[in-house]
Amino acid sequence: MKRETILLAHGSGGRLTHDLIRDVFQRALSNPFLDDLGDAAILPPPSGRLAFTTDSYVIRPIFFPGGDIGRLAVCGTVNDLSMVGARPLYLSIGFILEEGLPFADLERIVKSVAETARDAGVQVVAGDTKVVDKGSADMVFINTAGVGLIADHVSLAPSLIRPGDAVLVSGTVGDHGIAVMAQREGLALSTSLVSDCAPLNGLAQAVLACGGVRVMRDPTRGGLATTLVELAQAGDVGLEIEESAVPVNEAVRGACELLGLDPLYVANEGKLVAIVAAEAAEAALAAMQAHPLGRNARIIGRASQAHPGRVVLKTVLGVSRVVEMLTGEQLPRIC
Amino acid sequence: MKFVDEFRDPRLARALLERIRERARRPVRLMEFCGGHTHAILRFGIRQALPPTVEMLSGPGCPVCVTAAADLDRAIALADVPGVILASFGDMIRVPGSRESLQQAKARGADVRVVYSPLDAVRLAEQNPSRPVIFLGVGFETTAPGVAASILDARTRNVRNYYVLGLHKLTPPATRAILDSGEVNLSGVLGPGHVTTVIGTDAWGFLPREYGVPIAIAGFEPLDILRGISMLVEQIAVGEARVDNAYSRSVLPEGNRAALDVMNRVFEVADAEWRGLGVIPASGLRIRAEFAAHDAAGAFPVDVPPSRERAGCRCGDVLRGVLAPPSCPLFRKVCTPENPVGPCMVSAEGACAAYYQYGGAADEA
Repeated sequence: MKRETILLAHGSGGRLTHDLIRDVFQRALSNPFLDDLGDAAILPPPSGRLAFTTDSYVIRPIFFPGGDIGRLAVCGTVNDLSMVGARPLYLSIGFILEEGLPFADLERIVKSVAETARDAGVQVVAGDTKVVDKGSADMVFINTAGVGLIADHVSLAPSLIRPGDAVLVSGTVGDHGIAVMAQREGLALSTSLVSDCAPLNGLAQAVLACGGVRVMRDPTRGGLATTLVELAQAGDVGLEIEESAVPVNEAVRGACELLGLDPLYVANEGKLVAIVAAEAAEAALAAMQAHPLGRNARIIGRASQAHPGRVVLKTVLGVSRVVEMLTGEQLPRIC
Repeated sequence: MKFVDEFRDPRLARALLERIRERARRPVRLMEFCGGHTHAILRFGIRQALPPTVEMLSGPGCPVCVTAAADLDRAIALADVPGVILASFGDMIRVPGSRESLQQAKARGADVRVVYSPLDAVRLAEQNPSRPVIFLGVGFETTAPGVAASILDARTRNVRNYYVLGLHKLTPPATRAILDSGEVNLSGVLGPGHVTTVIGTDAWGFLPREYGVPIAIAGFEPLDILRGISMLVEQIAVGEARVDNAYSRSVLPEGNRAALDVMNRVFEVADAEWRGLGVIPASGLRIRAEFAAHDAAGAFPVDVPPSRERAGCRCGDVLRGVLAPPSCPLFRKVCTPENPVGPCMVSAEGACAAYYQYGGAADEA
């Protein structure tokens, strides 16, 4: 019988579960650690400091221009590890599937997980699947956890930020959030509205190799503005940002104006912010721009002694104002 | 997509600011009607860039904010009718009513859904044929044609379980009410760009004619707003009053005929209650009797206890331009976007939210 949709029985632990694991997950994600199919993956002990993180992924629509929930689930965890300076090694992945999910959709998501993991050079070594009643979940939820290894000389923290340090962003901001919103709202604004969803470990390692990096973050939900405010507060330092220096894709800028959104608060899934010692800034910028994911990187501002804990934005009119964190959710305007 | 950076050119902005400074030798007090303008003015730092002689007051142009507490209470009561799905724009969900918000009603089990367009609500009705879907129709002349179109769409496709709670409001009568009250002495009005795209500049002729107050319709980019302000100070300086159009790439004298036709086909003008302004005659839209089958107000009679304002909330004063948000005793202390006391702190178009998000000048940091 041809399987077309996910049934509750696929999560029962019986025959169908075994078939699902073998035919879908193992086929796509195969590696020696996973293929044992034991109760836990058995991994060699690494030498050095480990980074360990977890995140859950719920997104509607599950397929969007430039990515899907599978790619997002790998990138999100890989990027969290990368931002603390770790080289991501292993991931676990847990799927919560809604009964009735088309089988083809699941296969497409798992294929995307496999491809993204390959891009990022990480192995998926453990997994789990549950199926819940129709209506108890929104098609598919994914959790990933990951471990990575931090090189001995790497030490990153907001407390290391010093006045005069440069603030770098690796490319255009707001691409992911606008691509998803445009898809969700059926806004056929432009073909160039594509999520930036990408694993950042390569880019992060390239920047780290330049030295002088104080701290890195990936500005996901809440956007660039919220990340900068978090860094200013955590480092008790002022950050002065030049609005006109912040790269924004023209289509994203247009869509933001149409919807009444501020691109500084729109989510990214493939960008990083680095605060770098002044003397290393140009090298870090060059390293970013030499990497395929950092071609549009810019220095957007500096750390300052003035107004510790706050981000000050110089607008296009030359007026300085304080930047606040995103409060609530950015919603399209009514009027 | 183009038409953004062209309207943010710093050189042109400086030239406009210089012209405004030259012409505004005596103090002028202008009101930006629209919440979108308030946000842009604060976000781009226009307030600080203007000369001290130009004072900008925020007006009632936030659809969510001017929705009366009683109407919001009614919407919550409708959401509690067994089987009903209440669909709303996202902004409305978090606004506190007299007793609770739609978000709180949802958490207790009411089926409240956020939609981005009334047509999504029609689709929701089609997907749930056994359940009434009520769209919370909030907004000005900008949103009303779309909601009217959704009712026509539901009728054409025979979606009988689609209803609208019509709370739409008209902007010119509210502007008139503010001037009639005499509470704020306005020298000019920065007119709403999107509303006027629909209703046309002709709809504002009464301002110069009857009140001697100039108006300039403006878009939402920095140069649009500065050009509108510049046109106003120019008129004021030479003692003229007329309707100027600083948004001619979108706004026509006669407005958008097709949108107005759809709006007038489905709605008729009626009295409406505004938060802060009370009942204003002929300032709202009600669904015509011909479309009563889709009118939630008639189809679902609900008992709503008398509404009450939250203690200390001065959103009404903010909406009339009498009180600047930072002067409200609750602002930033008790009332924040996370714990809003009134709607002006909730909505993306609310003046208090704009001041909270963008209002801090760097020298106050």
